[in-house]
Amino acid sequence: MAYTKAKIKDLVDGKIDRDTLQTMLSTPKDADRFVKYLEILQEQVPWDDKIILPLGPKLYIVQRSSDKKWVVKSQAGHEFCDWRENWKLHAVMRVRETAEEMEELYPRLMAPSSDWQVIREYYCPLSGDLLDVEAPTPWYPVIHDFEPDIDAFYTEWLGLEIPERAA
Amino acid sequence: MNMQTEIRGIVRGGQTLKQHRDEIMAKTQRTGHYAGLTERALHKESPILYNKLFSRLRAGVVDARETAKKIAASPIVEQEGELCFTLYNAAGDAILTSTGIIIHVGTMGAAIKYMIENDWESNPGINDRDIFCNNDSLIGNVHPCDIHTIVPIFHEGSLIGWVGGVTHVIDTGAVGPGSMTTGQVQRFGDGYSVTCRKIGENDELKRDWLHESQRAVRTTRYWMLDERTRVAGCHMIRKLVEEVIAEEGIEAYWKFAYESVEHGRIGLQNRIKAMTIPGVYRQVGFVDVPYSHEDVRVPSDFAKVDTIMHTPSEMTIRPDGTWRLDFEGSSRWGWHTYNAHSVSFTSGIWVMMTQTLIPSEMINDGAAYGTEFRLPKGTWMNPDDRRVAFAYSWHFLVSSWTALWRGLSRSYFGRGYLEEVNAGNANTSNWLQGGGFNQYDEIHAVNSFECAANGVGASAIADGISHAAAIWNPEGDMGDMEIWELAEPLVYLGRQIKASSGGAGKYRGGCGFESLRMVWNAKDWTMFFMGNGHISSDWGLMGGYPAASGYRFAAHDTGLKEKIANGDPIPFGGDTDPEHPTYDALVNPAGIKRDKQAITTEEMFKDYDLYLNYMRGGPGFGDPLDRDPQAVATDVNGGYLLERFAETVYGVALSKGANGLFTADEAGTEALRAKIRKDRLAKAQPTREWMAKERERILAKDAGVHVQQMFAASFKLGPNWAKGFREFWDLPEDWQLMEADLPIPSYGREYSMDLSDLPDVKTVKFVEE
Repeated sequence: MAYTKAKIKDLVDGKIDRDTLQTMLSTPKDADRFVKYLEILQEQVPWDDKIILPLGPKLYIVQRSSDKKWVVKSQAGHEFCDWRENWKLHAVMRVRETAEEMEELYPRLMAPSSDWQVIREYYCPLSGDLLDVEAPTPWYPVIHDFEPDIDAFYTEWLGLEIPERAA
Repeated sequence: MNMQTEIRGIVRGGQTLKQHRDEIMAKTQRTGHYAGLTERALHKESPILYNKLFSRLRAGVVDARETAKKIAASPIVEQEGELCFTLYNAAGDAILTSTGIIIHVGTMGAAIKYMIENDWESNPGINDRDIFCNNDSLIGNVHPCDIHTIVPIFHEGSLIGWVGGVTHVIDTGAVGPGSMTTGQVQRFGDGYSVTCRKIGENDELKRDWLHESQRAVRTTRYWMLDERTRVAGCHMIRKLVEEVIAEEGIEAYWKFAYESVEHGRIGLQNRIKAMTIPGVYRQVGFVDVPYSHEDVRVPSDFAKVDTIMHTPSEMTIRPDGTWRLDFEGSSRWGWHTYNAHSVSFTSGIWVMMTQTLIPSEMINDGAAYGTEFRLPKGTWMNPDDRRVAFAYSWHFLVSSWTALWRGLSRSYFGRGYLEEVNAGNANTSNWLQGGGFNQYDEIHAVNSFECAANGVGASAIADGISHAAAIWNPEGDMGDMEIWELAEPLVYLGRQIKASSGGAGKYRGGCGFESLRMVWNAKDWTMFFMGNGHISSDWGLMGGYPAASGYRFAAHDTGLKEKIANGDPIPFGGDTDPEHPTYDALVNPAGIKRDKQAITTEEMFKDYDLYLNYMRGGPGFGDPLDRDPQAVATDVNGGYLLERFAETVYGVALSKGANGLFTADEAGTEALRAKIRKDRLAKAQPTREWMAKERERILAKDAGVHVQQMFAASFKLGPNWAKGFREFWDLPEDWQLMEADLPIPSYGREYSMDLSDLPDVKTVKFVEE
């Protein structure tokens, strides 16, 4: 099953019709989704670097057009780090660790107790977009949540050429 | 003279059960294909017959579930569908399973394998038309209230497979009433425990079993009818197998019984390749165990401690489509009822995967053979002590799996399969439980399964569904109020959506709901709370926030009898905003318990007392500032979001119309969101600056004892995880954190004794330890 680029764009925009959504959920996956998806996302970002892999609604691994290095980059254009590093270590962040800070988000009694759990918010330093939220105990290391094997994904699983990557 | 005689076993072909299983396992290990099936002959040569067998057997198993559940009287089974039937091959590996609580695809198989490994074949003997019962969590069951009925299937005098049926019973005679109780801290308080016992012959239950078992539990009628439900379902499926064999031949059935498992294994591998991205994914789950509180009354001083259960997970997806799930760093088992056997932990993961990675009808043990699990021995999900209790293993099962869903969702998002993304599950609580004498003047126990309808996590394209589902029973729902009122001496004074319970996000988590119950016509009655409180176990994803956490509200000596008689106002509806409560002014304030203590033990209730049953919401996806402003207004109008959070969380300026409904003010929202983004950056700091300060706190051991205990226990059981922690924070050699140095007891820290240490017991190892 394959879908038109317009349908995939509807999906990305949260406007997919229910019948198509039902088909997407209940039938084997469309192998060409990734290519169409990247094309759509590429048209939506305000920069020219080639998207290698989306990491979130406003976060990407990209090939920097100037030197072909792969970096983690936000929608707003901030370059965090090399694609293999944990981008959160290069972000700006806020930790909610008092009841007052928690109650900006939740009604009293429905908020976590801050001596048991904190909320860590990671932002894009350019735009203030909230890119990730962690909710661990105090002392918890920043989690490096995803280390993709992009080479195997592109070549062995999708049959695509790996975009050039400067060392 | 000693004569060597050949032992003829009961399995088709003449092997003993043990010889048969050993051969299957050896071939699997040698070839990497289940039972050595490098080629699936039946599937290849007669694909139509293969699929016909599958469709007919699967339909029959589902039909047996749907028919049998009508026999049950328990609303847990009849209303919520807390039952499941699974067909196994002779080696005890699942061929296919029904809908329902499919965590048991593996647990009943574990019981069959225990019988095989411990030579049940020679004693007590396994014969055609026998009936076995099991609920032993030490050999693989989830918790004692899941009762298995297992029936061998014979053909022409030889064993060709097994069928198992399971129901969640309402009481197992534990220390306190209810199926998932909190008062005990050891297995001996978990209630009736049955280990693969032969309870029937010639299709008839033994009288000694019937007499003993019914007096071992509080809810006798439910117990006995649940058993008839399971037996009826098993016999329906056995008959189906007999009919299929009569029509298609034993050779075809026998081949199918093994090829289908290999089919399941290959199917998982193919789905992994079709849907995910190879790489390494890391995530973590937590849940609170707040036992130092005065309303947690347990028999042992050493259990009266606050602790946190912790499960980091590393998921490795390899280029060949195989995968490994490693849970190093997980907490030790504890003195509470939230421990789990490795089989229930791993088998339960398939419940989740059937809702995402393998949404197939072909749910069997093939997926388990296609997955490498590593659960260090001694952890809460692979305990090394036979005293551990299991009654509410789900307290952390759901919360630890929800992290895996986040990991998988990163791969779905990366590939563009946004329809599969799910920010996680709700913590499926609260569990309203208790008992005493009910409105029919009978000894009774209750476990309201309303929380089979929690909020669902948000996806990358839409909000999570509200008051909809529970991860452990995708087909469950909240049940009818009228049925619960028949089953429990508790009148409904309200049932409504729990506002702001779903995690915020571009797409918000589904909201839970809440029910206000008034005790009515109960005698000598108790109830307790069971859920997360201090910790929200369900993080959001990619900028989405966690779901709200739990709390409790109960009211005693309410004065409602007089108020009702006088026609005065009384509490109705939900506890809409617990920060500004409305119930409290309408009842005797001295009797109110309103706090974060969301786990308690049996507390006395009498008529006109109140109990709030709050079902949790799901986590959110994406930055809340990217949410459609009108969707926020709609949430406020619909009771899904408290008005003040429209502004503080979503940056939406609301305008109230003449009809009392809100709409989003576009210009005001744009300005507000710009301001919030600016404020975020003003309050933020570079991560590494924060890390330097947090490191100082670690060096100074500045954290609650419960937090320190969690880390110390994880360090001991997970040396690699501890190494990672030390490296991340660059800790000096002399910084040590030992449980022994903390000012709380840690019984079980040094001494433990496993079930395998008992004489004549052979346990079955299912995971890398």
